[in-house]
Amino acid sequence: MSNIPDDLSYTKEHEWVSGLEDGLIATIGITAFAADALGDVVYVQLPEVGSTIEAGDSVGEVESTKSVSEIYTPVGGEVVEVNQTLVDDPSLANSDPYGEGWMFRVRADGDPEDLLSAEEYAALTSGES
Amino acid sequence: MSRSTPLRDVHESLGATLTDFAGWLMPLRYGSESAEHNAVRQAAGLFDLSHMGEIFLTGPQAAQALDHALVGHLSALANGRARYTMIVNERGGVLDDLIVYRLGDEEFMVVANASNADKVADELTDRAKAYDTRVEDRSDRYALIAVQGPRAEEILATLTDADLAGLKYYTGLPGTVDGRQALIARTGYTGEDGFELFVAEEDAAPLWHALTAAGEPYGLKPAGLSSRDTLRLEAGMPLYGNELSAELTPFDAGLGRVVKFDKPGDFVGRSALEAVKDVPPRRRLVGLVARGRRVPRHGYPVTKDGAVVGEVTSGAPSQTLGKPIAMAYVDTGVDAGLAVDIRGRQEPVDVVELPFYRRNK
Repeated sequence: MSNIPDDLSYTKEHEWVSGLEDGLIATIGITAFAADALGDVVYVQLPEVGSTIEAGDSVGEVESTKSVSEIYTPVGGEVVEVNQTLVDDPSLANSDPYGEGWMFRVRADGDPEDLLSAEEYAALTSGES
Repeated sequence: MSRSTPLRDVHESLGATLTDFAGWLMPLRYGSESAEHNAVRQAAGLFDLSHMGEIFLTGPQAAQALDHALVGHLSALANGRARYTMIVNERGGVLDDLIVYRLGDEEFMVVANASNADKVADELTDRAKAYDTRVEDRSDRYALIAVQGPRAEEILATLTDADLAGLKYYTGLPGTVDGRQALIARTGYTGEDGFELFVAEEDAAPLWHALTAAGEPYGLKPAGLSSRDTLRLEAGMPLYGNELSAELTPFDAGLGRVVKFDKPGDFVGRSALEAVKDVPPRRRLVGLVARGRRVPRHGYPVTKDGAVVGEVTSGAPSQTLGKPIAMAYVDTGVDAGLAVDIRGRQEPVDVVELPFYRRNK
C-alpha cells in the first residue's frame, strides 16, 4: 500500500497538490504510487519559471529505466519556482515524493480541475495496483 | 491468466514488483532496478529465468535433425559445449535465437525465449520428423536460475564440488549444487561472467535460498527483468522482438556468422539466406549514445536533417555510461549528424561501436 498523506489533494494522473488553501501558491509533485510504478526515476523535465500554464496541460516529463510519463498540471497560472535539486538528483522522486521530490510551484489563477481527496485517491489506486 | 514459475512465492515474499512477460508472471524488480544492475556489474545478481523454454532432442539422429532445423552446425559441437544459434523460416526470417547445449552424443537441450518456446517446440518437432530422434518440450519440468557477476564463481563454489574454474564460457556440465542435481552452464545475458543452473522445478526454491545465503557476504542481490534488459543492452546483446524478428534475417541483424553454409545437408532457410548473404543490408544495427538526458526508446524514429533514416529497437538510461543508450537499425552509410525523434523533439545522438560495455577479463 502506497503512502498517501491526508493533507494533500490528488489527480487521476497521479500528481499531488498542496498549498491551494493558503495564498494560492500550489506545489505539485508525483505520488508515491506513481514513483513506485515508474521505478527508478532518472530524468525529470519541469516547466520554465515565469511561464504560464493551463490546468490539464502536459508541462513536463518523468523518465525511469523502463518508461516515461508526462506531468500534467491540475492548476493553471504562472510557474513561480521549480525544484532544481530534483532535476540534479531525480532519485528524490522515489525516495521522498511528497517532500524533497516536489516538482514545481504555481501561482494559481483559477480553481483546479477535479482534485481527489486522499481517501478518493486511495480508492483509485487500490483498483490499479 | 499468466503462468507462474516455481519461485513466484519467493518473489512475492521479497516484495517484488511482478509483471506479465510473454505470458509469465515475472519479477520486474525487487527494489531499485539501478541497484540490481550495479550489483551484477560489481558483485553478483540472482535471476529467475524459469520462463525460458527447454526442449530436448534425444536419439541417434538428434545432431542431424538440429543441423537441418537450425542455421548452426550442431553436429560439430563437442559434448559439454554450448552454442548460440538461430531458427529461421523458409524465407530466412528469424523465428528465435537459441542456445543449444550438447549433453551427450545423442542428447541436446535447446533453450528458447519464453515468447517463442511453444513455436520453437512445434517447429523442431515438425522439422525432426524424418530423423531418428525424439523431441520433447520439458519447459514445465525445469527451473532456470542464473547467478551473474564478477563474484558468481566464488559464490557458486561454496555450494558445489564441480570444477568451476575449469568450466569455460559456453560450456555446461551436470553436477550438484547444494546437494541438488543441476546442469551447470557458464552462460548468461548480462555481459558478465556467470552461471545458469537448470534444475528440477521442486528444487528451485531451496536452491534460490541457498544461493541467497551463500551470496550475501559477496553482495549478491536478487535481480529482475528490468535490470536484465539494461544489462544485456549495455552488452550489445539482441533481444527477440526488438533487434530480431521474422522480418529480419541473421544477416540483417549483423549476426550472419551464426549461419553455417558449409555444414552437411540442407537446412531450413538455406536457399533464402544464400541469396542474401553477400547483399549489403539496407539498414545495419548500430549503437547510439544520446548527448542529452532524454531516453530513446523502442520504436522511436532515427532522423537526419529531419528525414527518417532508421528506428530505435531498444533504449534505456545506462547506469554504466551515465547516459541514455540505444540500439537502432539505421540506413547503411548514414552515421553522422543523427538524432532520435523523442516525442516530437530531435535529440542528437552519436553512433558508437557495439557493445557499449565490455567487462575486463
